[in-house]
Amino acid sequence: MNITLKVWRQKNAAERGALVDYHVAGVVPEMSFLEMLDTLNEQLVAKGEDPIAFDSDCREGICGMCDLMIDGQAHGPDKGATTCQLHMRRYKDGDVVTVEPFRAKSFPIVKDLCVDRSAFDRIQAAGGFVSVNTGNAVDGNAILIPHDKAEKAMDAAACIGCGACVAACPNASAMLFVAAKVSQYALLPQGQPEREQRVLAMRDAMDKEGFGHCTNEYECEAACPKEIKVGNIARLNREYLRATLVSDY
Amino acid sequence: MKLESKIPTGPIEKSWDKHRFDLKLVNPANKRKFKILVVGTGLAGSSAAASCAELGYQVESFCIQDSPRRAHSIAAQGGINAAKNYPNDGDSVWRLFYDTVKGGDFRAREANVYRLAQVSNAIIDQCVAQGVPFAREYGGTLSNRSFGGAQVSRTFYARGQTGQQLLLGAYSALMRQVGAGAVKLHTRREMLDLVVIDGVARGIITRDLVTGALEKHAGDAVLLCTGGYSNVFYLSTNANACNVTATWRAYKRGAAFANPCYTQIHPTCVPVSGEHQSKLTLMSESLRNDGRVWVPKKKNDARKAADIPEDERDYYLERKYPAFGNLVPRDIASRAAKQMTDDGRGVGKTGLSVYLDFKDAIARIGLDKVKEKYGNLFDMYHHITDENPYEQPMRIYPAVHYTMGGLWVDYNLMTTIPGLFCLGEANFSDHGANRLGASALMQGLADGYFVLPYTIGGYLTGAKLPKATTEHKAFAAAEGDVVKRTQALLGAGGKKAPAAFHRDLGRIMWNNVGMGRNAKGLQEALSKIPEVRAEFWKNVSVVGEAADFNQTLERAGRVADFLEFGELLAQDALTREESCGGHFREEHQTPDGEAKRDDTNFAHVAAWEYKGAGAAPERHVEPLTFDNVHIAQRNYA
Repeated sequence: MNITLKVWRQKNAAERGALVDYHVAGVVPEMSFLEMLDTLNEQLVAKGEDPIAFDSDCREGICGMCDLMIDGQAHGPDKGATTCQLHMRRYKDGDVVTVEPFRAKSFPIVKDLCVDRSAFDRIQAAGGFVSVNTGNAVDGNAILIPHDKAEKAMDAAACIGCGACVAACPNASAMLFVAAKVSQYALLPQGQPEREQRVLAMRDAMDKEGFGHCTNEYECEAACPKEIKVGNIARLNREYLRATLVSDY
Repeated sequence: MKLESKIPTGPIEKSWDKHRFDLKLVNPANKRKFKILVVGTGLAGSSAAASCAELGYQVESFCIQDSPRRAHSIAAQGGINAAKNYPNDGDSVWRLFYDTVKGGDFRAREANVYRLAQVSNAIIDQCVAQGVPFAREYGGTLSNRSFGGAQVSRTFYARGQTGQQLLLGAYSALMRQVGAGAVKLHTRREMLDLVVIDGVARGIITRDLVTGALEKHAGDAVLLCTGGYSNVFYLSTNANACNVTATWRAYKRGAAFANPCYTQIHPTCVPVSGEHQSKLTLMSESLRNDGRVWVPKKKNDARKAADIPEDERDYYLERKYPAFGNLVPRDIASRAAKQMTDDGRGVGKTGLSVYLDFKDAIARIGLDKVKEKYGNLFDMYHHITDENPYEQPMRIYPAVHYTMGGLWVDYNLMTTIPGLFCLGEANFSDHGANRLGASALMQGLADGYFVLPYTIGGYLTGAKLPKATTEHKAFAAAEGDVVKRTQALLGAGGKKAPAAFHRDLGRIMWNNVGMGRNAKGLQEALSKIPEVRAEFWKNVSVVGEAADFNQTLERAGRVADFLEFGELLAQDALTREESCGGHFREEHQTPDGEAKRDDTNFAHVAAWEYKGAGAAPERHVEPLTFDNVHIAQRNYA
């Protein structure tokens, strides 16, 4: 099949960008969306033209490196999937597809479709951890964790840090990302000693990075490739409220 | 070049404790004077960087992706082994050690493997303490499962995302140190050369992948934690960015490369669908715990799986290996699948796949339980193939997945270049000729959390290093080499994309140096690879500039290194005139088609020394002795 792409091209953060049309022939349904872009890029390189810069790595939906707004949807039309898991069988001959980067003030554009998501790393560095040095641990079974608690923590821990929640949110809020990390630790006994400190520090870091506020749009949950629930945001708010009441910090 | 393994003498149970005691310590006040450069942020790199920073060293950490959390360890699915014996099924440090040496087909160092088994338990404890949400029983204890060829349940897991959760644990420890100012983090950086001063590793040259600027970094030790080289086959389960560049450039600066021919083909991957394919996806082999592998008994049977009656199905693993059944080690399962497809009994459109069937498991433990155990894997398969594995059997086929070879290291994880250490998949040390399932995560974290932080102190106290800064002429020389190479890539002015050359190389490697190898095929590879390489430098098209974000240039540099490395791999495979583990030479097999080792002539590590461009590399040998595990032919029947 033949596909027409409208792709955001932008040389770097300083210059202005624009949508450019490309025609891709010979697309087969088994191809992934990114393999379709690979094919186009290979043709561009062979012609001596600048290929489209885009991020991806594992290509199996777990590393969180790929992003892309495809026809206005973060990670494209498939629910619970990353861009690299989207296949061309979703499209038909003659389709026109618009491809843009994840847009948010806190995710500046690096080039074309690549953005800088290091804000997430800085939020993590502010408190997204348990302070336990190597060698300090007690036996793994010394502290029992009920099955359901462990499962709930795992539901939250499944976040891949891709930033789709931010890109999908009209406020470019990072609440779902932060909520997932805060929830994971809040649900586990290992997270308790730093419970208040963590949520306060991560929230401050999130605000400092310029992410917007949550107004319960639920777009984040709809876009999340790991289907992380907005219930975690409710938990984040409870954790935050609780911390402001009981904390000495 | 002399290979000094520095394996401690005395009883193996005491050797690591004794060695740790013998290692000199660095005074706490002096640790901050040493700078350690850590390249790579997978399990080994993140855990080593965090642990060294906790000890008080100055650490700088480098990763190729936009965040350390994206390293390819994240894609490991199934689990991590430890000798906890929580299930009370007879496991022990000794048994994990024994299984690993045997699984590696007697081509690993006993002392290294014993240490790995010894520290395995501490890894689980450490990860639990970090808040890794391992699977739990209803009573709150940790769950275990049997995995990939083990007869005990010693594998800990977090759904099908164990690698992700362990990596995020190590990443959280790393980011804690970054936040504390103890680790300086450099993302979107690629190491392009090693700087050696007076025979000692003193720094690296990196390229900032956003601006294209080259940077010099000086330090007192360099840790390469840069993963394996599966992508030399073009198609593998590795991420796109996985490459051999860091270890290959270190090899060219004097680090011996050991056993490059030890590659692992994973039996349970999603089959290739066409020429456009950019990578292969692994389905965790934990699936083999409940799934049954089969092909039709009849050749070229075009019927749908559901239409093939039970008595016309060949559950060939259960038939050939009744004791282990579907859980035989990876190399055996992979070769058996190849035998079936070679025999014309493969399934699917291409005939290049076999069935992995969960019908019986669903009947036995119920759909909900199967969903809980494998839900995300089933979803992943469904996404890729558009086939629903709850309704029809999965189709699987082997794919290159892991590489046991890597830079040669001594017991301290130091390469043949003093001050250059190598951890995790990038080194050759613990898995011999074949890695057991759920042992990669164990080794990466063992090296980073519990081995390197001790051994590096021993090196730094004894090394008496003069101060080295990036002003030293060796830095300018190494940077000059990188610039020259970059200019050559940009100036080739050809017509073919680097990816196309990568595919050409991959085809040669898969066909001639893949699951079944023979002298003729290997010689053919050795004559074809230099041809592709010559064409590459003449006809590669790298557009754009050096001083810019340039993904084509990145790819071209990696492909150029693979084109050199592939030759060494093929040469190692040709020289090793035996079959062992993942290295299967068709000339050397038992009458039943199993790998036939030659312990008289090949019970050794082969470590290759670079002798300059155009010169043949020199093969050095480190003999392996087996004082604790009785050396025998592997037998899984």
